[in-house]
Amino acid sequence: MKDAKTGPVKKSGRETILGAIRQSLGRPALSADARHELDDHIAKHRANLVPARGKGEHAAQVERFQEMARAAACTVELVASEAAVPGAVADYLRANNLPTRVTLAPDDWLGGLDWNSQSLLETRQGAAGINDLVSVTPAFAAVAETGTLVAFSGKTHPTTLNFVPDYHVVALRTSQVVGAYEEVWARLRKVNKQGRGFTMPRTVNMITGPSRTADIALTLELGAHGPRSLHIVLIDDQAGQD
Amino acid sequence: MEFMNPGIFKENARAALADQDLRSAMAMLNAGMVPNRQAAVDRLPEFAQLSRRGRELKDHVLGNLDFYLECFERNCKAAGGHVHWCTTPEDAQEAVLKICRSVNAKTVTKGKSMIAEEIHLNEFLEKHNIEPVETDLGEYIIQLAKEPPSHIIGPAIHKTKDQVSDLFLEHHAKLGRTERQTDPQKMVNEAREILRQKYFDADVGITGANYLIAETGSSIIVTNEGNGDLTQTLPKIHIVVTSLEKVVPTLEDATTFLRLLARSATGQEFSAYTTISTGPRRPDDVDGPGEYHVILLDNGRSTMLGSEVQDMLRCIRCGACMNHCPVYQSVGGHTYGTVYVGPMGAVLSPALLGVSDTRHLPCASTLCGRCEEVCPVAIPLPRLLRQWRERSFEAGDVPALERWGLSFWAFFARRPWLYDLGARLAVRGLRYLGRRQGRLRKLWFAGGWTDGRDLPAPEGQTFQERWRRQQRVLRRGGGMR
Ligand code: SF4
Repeated sequence: MKDAKTGPVKKSGRETILGAIRQSLGRPALSADARHELDDHIAKHRANLVPARGKGEHAAQVERFQEMARAAACTVELVASEAAVPGAVADYLRANNLPTRVTLAPDDWLGGLDWNSQSLLETRQGAAGINDLVSVTPAFAAVAETGTLVAFSGKTHPTTLNFVPDYHVVALRTSQVVGAYEEVWARLRKVNKQGRGFTMPRTVNMITGPSRTADIALTLELGAHGPRSLHIVLIDDQAGQD
Repeated sequence: MEFMNPGIFKENARAALADQDLRSAMAMLNAGMVPNRQAAVDRLPEFAQLSRRGRELKDHVLGNLDFYLECFERNCKAAGGHVHWCTTPEDAQEAVLKICRSVNAKTVTKGKSMIAEEIHLNEFLEKHNIEPVETDLGEYIIQLAKEPPSHIIGPAIHKTKDQVSDLFLEHHAKLGRTERQTDPQKMVNEAREILRQKYFDADVGITGANYLIAETGSSIIVTNEGNGDLTQTLPKIHIVVTSLEKVVPTLEDATTFLRLLARSATGQEFSAYTTISTGPRRPDDVDGPGEYHVILLDNGRSTMLGSEVQDMLRCIRCGACMNHCPVYQSVGGHTYGTVYVGPMGAVLSPALLGVSDTRHLPCASTLCGRCEEVCPVAIPLPRLLRQWRERSFEAGDVPALERWGLSFWAFFARRPWLYDLGARLAVRGLRYLGRRQGRLRKLWFAGGWTDGRDLPAPEGQTFQERWRRQQRVLRRGGGMR
């Protein structure tokens, strides 16, 4: 390796590294034309290869999403309307003997549901603290390909809600289910469009099932550091479509 | 076993082969990881195509690495992040320390990062009175045991459950956990409860990165436990320690690698958590770190570019090559005496540490080719191992006896009639010696081989004799047999 300290003036790490890369590649910095071509590759951000299972009719994708999510150790309950969500959450918690103090994402849609109808539940909205055991959040989208939920951080969705509580419940609409990851990126580029590009949220979480580990003698155990269970309440908001 | 000394591979291997705990831990690897990966690959008919595309993409990035790194830096900064270019491990250590000092950090939580291992970050931080807390369960276990990782994705894979039970009891008793747990679920729970408060108390969270995205200036981590996410979300500062070759052009390109990674690594369809991080928390975010730093380590990688080992820079650190390596499966990761182990380690370590100090590693392979077959980015590991063997021979690192042996062999190999004669005599001699049991327990000049196993006595004719006979049969118009 070349020593950065041998020259009369110490080069910055950046210059040293970029210089070493160019020397190894046997060329100077790229020409404007070459850079333009690569910028174009980025601007087009083409999908490389989308597996067949990520394509096809929406109804089939909703089916596949449920199947793959269950295979990843999620539980999924289908409900007919969003009004049924608070009841479904209460029933789930009661049936599994889980705590009934629930932290909801500070999201207008979620907060606007009739949580008061469930006398059993005690709800508050906000980020998760160390004592919060159950969270309920929305998601931005869900991917059928592998049963993956996608959530963005933001003022309506603190990231801690996805990881700190022991039990995570996600309220999702069937219209949010897509076939492949690339469709989520397309939606993200659209909703966060800015100028010719788009802004990334601080955190994009792709979540496939509850937390797990196999670090003790390769035995699979759920609930390593994140949620011990992940329950999805899937709202059928497209009845009659497709 | 002495850790982190690649010079004593042979001594380490002997100790490892005699270690029953290690052998039973490694047997699980072969029984679990190998079929799991195959099943996951079989479920995705496009796997081979994705793998080809992944390989092309990596080659494209490596050929334009300066461009993509500058692009990454620009976009990372635009999102409010900081990029630190570090040529050596020492530069990287200093950069991390400076950031930690800026908030008077006393403890840092850490997600799993091989680059942090490469720059020996834990020892360095401890020396400067900063307590590093490993949060990945495997890393936590080896931190308690004061051992280096023995696998790039399962760092404690060499430990049996009983060994972990003992370790937890020894270290957790002072925290009031005086009962020895033997149920893995209870053990996981115990570690979970002990680490929980640490996430909230830490001043800085350090993670690695599986990929960097040039287009958005983001880093990606792929985990199963959720520890990396707690590590990077709760403290004031998130530091990503990573290396040059992790950059990919776009979100869509990263997606192609994500489809390959979990399937190759653990046989999962997708890991539980794939997280893309871009800059610090936004003004109206409710949580997340206030600062986001990316430590970009070179440490010899820029010189690997354009060299005969450039292909190694495609590696996505899935661990499939070691899971499938008969040598790794027998001796485990610690035997290698380096941070990176198995076939990928035997190729990468000589590049990072110099071939003289690591010359045994490229030799610790039967060149059976399984590693290359399962590598999702088609790195020609056996060819690269052979290249290191040649370099080490040229550099004069090979001891006189070995050189003499090779010249002896070469003398015969260049004279086929003499080789043929020698082989016939040797085969008949060995057959005579092993006539009673059909095998030889000991063999002169080959003690290294027969110490670990018996040599089956040769049967039938030499290869050349059989070849000649087959050619005769074929000429007479017979079938293959
Ligand atoms: S060399 Fe290939 S198989 Fe081995 S860790 Fe790297 S990508 Fe995986």
